[in-house]
Amino acid sequence: MNSVSINSASIVASGFFANGPVDTALIIGTVVAVVSATVGTFTVMRGQSFAGHSLSDIGTAGGAAAPLIPVPSIYGFVAVNVVAAALMDLLGVRSPRARDVATGIVLGGALGLAALFLYEDTTTTSDSGTVVTVLFGSIFALQSSLIPVVAAFSVAALAITLMLYRPLLLSSISTDLATAKGVRVRLVAIAYLLALALAVSLSALTIGAILSTVLLIGPAAIALRLTKRTGHALLLASGTGIAAVALGVLLAYDSVGWTSNGQGWPVSFFIVALLFGTYVVTLLVTRRQPHRNA
Amino acid sequence: MSSTTGGARSTEVLRAEELTVRLGGRQILDQVSFALGEGEFAGLIGANGAGKTTLLKVILGLVQPTSGRVLINGAARSRRNTLIGYVPQKIDLDPDMPLRARDLIGLGLDGHRYGLPLPSAQRKTRVEEMIGAVDASTFADARIGNLSGGEQQRVMIAHALISRPRLLLLDEPLANLDLRSGQEVVTLLSRIAKEQRVGILLSAHDMNPLLPVIDRVVYMAAGRAASGTAEQIIRTETLSELYRHHVEVVRVGTRVLVVAGEEPAIQVLGQADDCADHDH
Repeated sequence: MNSVSINSASIVASGFFANGPVDTALIIGTVVAVVSATVGTFTVMRGQSFAGHSLSDIGTAGGAAAPLIPVPSIYGFVAVNVVAAALMDLLGVRSPRARDVATGIVLGGALGLAALFLYEDTTTTSDSGTVVTVLFGSIFALQSSLIPVVAAFSVAALAITLMLYRPLLLSSISTDLATAKGVRVRLVAIAYLLALALAVSLSALTIGAILSTVLLIGPAAIALRLTKRTGHALLLASGTGIAAVALGVLLAYDSVGWTSNGQGWPVSFFIVALLFGTYVVTLLVTRRQPHRNA
Repeated sequence: MSSTTGGARSTEVLRAEELTVRLGGRQILDQVSFALGEGEFAGLIGANGAGKTTLLKVILGLVQPTSGRVLINGAARSRRNTLIGYVPQKIDLDPDMPLRARDLIGLGLDGHRYGLPLPSAQRKTRVEEMIGAVDASTFADARIGNLSGGEQQRVMIAHALISRPRLLLLDEPLANLDLRSGQEVVTLLSRIAKEQRVGILLSAHDMNPLLPVIDRVVYMAAGRAASGTAEQIIRTETLSELYRHHVEVVRVGTRVLVVAGEEPAIQVLGQADDCADHDH
């Protein structure tokens, strides 16, 4: 990408849509944005942001282990996150406090493994870029052969979440209420945690393990400020996620011409900055509105 | 709507038979028996820790009794009992929760179903009916997290009633309400019991807001229960027997207080916490 010439009159740099890595980045980024936003909307509603963030950090261990095997990092993220989600559920069934403790313990253990695997990555692959890729993502480095894999995990996460749409809503309001209605609250919670593990893994692939929560929580948090209907929130969050990823990819591509060394800035930085900025603006805009109409 | 052989009584929607619950060596419920008829409004009265919430959970099937059984409309309850509507004690609704009052009411109809909700004219009509029944039309389109306590209670009642249950259980619905909102909720429930022929069991630690409208009292103390009309139950002899020590039923103006202990050291039981509340 170093040789790309920039058309200063246009925001879309020349060659943007005729570039293989960019196409792959946009396809995977869009799909992942929709999955993260949909699953994330329920994460925020259920107050499971801490679990979501922990899973994203935990995924680091899987992402770091993948190059040692070697397999594409998405498999590492998924394997570790699904196991971690199951452990968190098994250890934390008794109370919300036990759930927090369980999440913390599993998070600590996984980060210990991540330290080991990342060290091994730097010593065995002689590629210091691996560490940065795992932690902060590298959407332009994704192989187009990964698209079917991403699609499969995405369909699974979306299907689980949309199947559980109403029981999830009901149990977010009150587990007693949901149980009384005949909802199998525990089953719903476990299935949802699986969808969360998949969404976080996909997000980690796109913007890195450390930052993946942003794609999960950011669009959802923005949407929840702007609409009072669940269905609208899902659509708005998905739209926001897609816009942030697409704009982030575009800006990263453009940024090659902004820096003197011609390296540009990472996509992850742009996506996170866009979402954070939008969230702050949304907070300021919705702050003054009377509660009733918010 | 199967009718039981109740003789003079109308159809019995709820019968508790010698319910006993022991949890971790503690006796939470001790041989609790009572019945509730169609269209009857009953107050489940007792101090905190008397076993009210546990009793409601047993009726709902959330807690299994150590012994005894619950009959709903004359039959043993099933896992998903569509005959029971439930309003839980306290729900913390986030103001950012993207859910309107009308959406929550609709979830009472199909919240247990899998898959995406499909728009249906029939569903919409039912939701509108319930919004009208609980006088919620002015805030039906507001976010539930932004409603006042009284408004939330009314939405929860509509949510519980929309599936046309035979029995409605409410766990301390008046606990977080000011006097006036509480009175409105009680009046609304009394009307609903008569209009929709639903049996209502409402738990409260203060019986006073309920006494003018309820048909029946289920009074609980230390896991035991006594049931009957207010005149039968709220008496010095009956309650002393239930508490297993001497208590005095005292009328102060329009309020009824249950007072324990020998004279000079008078201690208020049951209503201890709300006495102070209503003095001003």
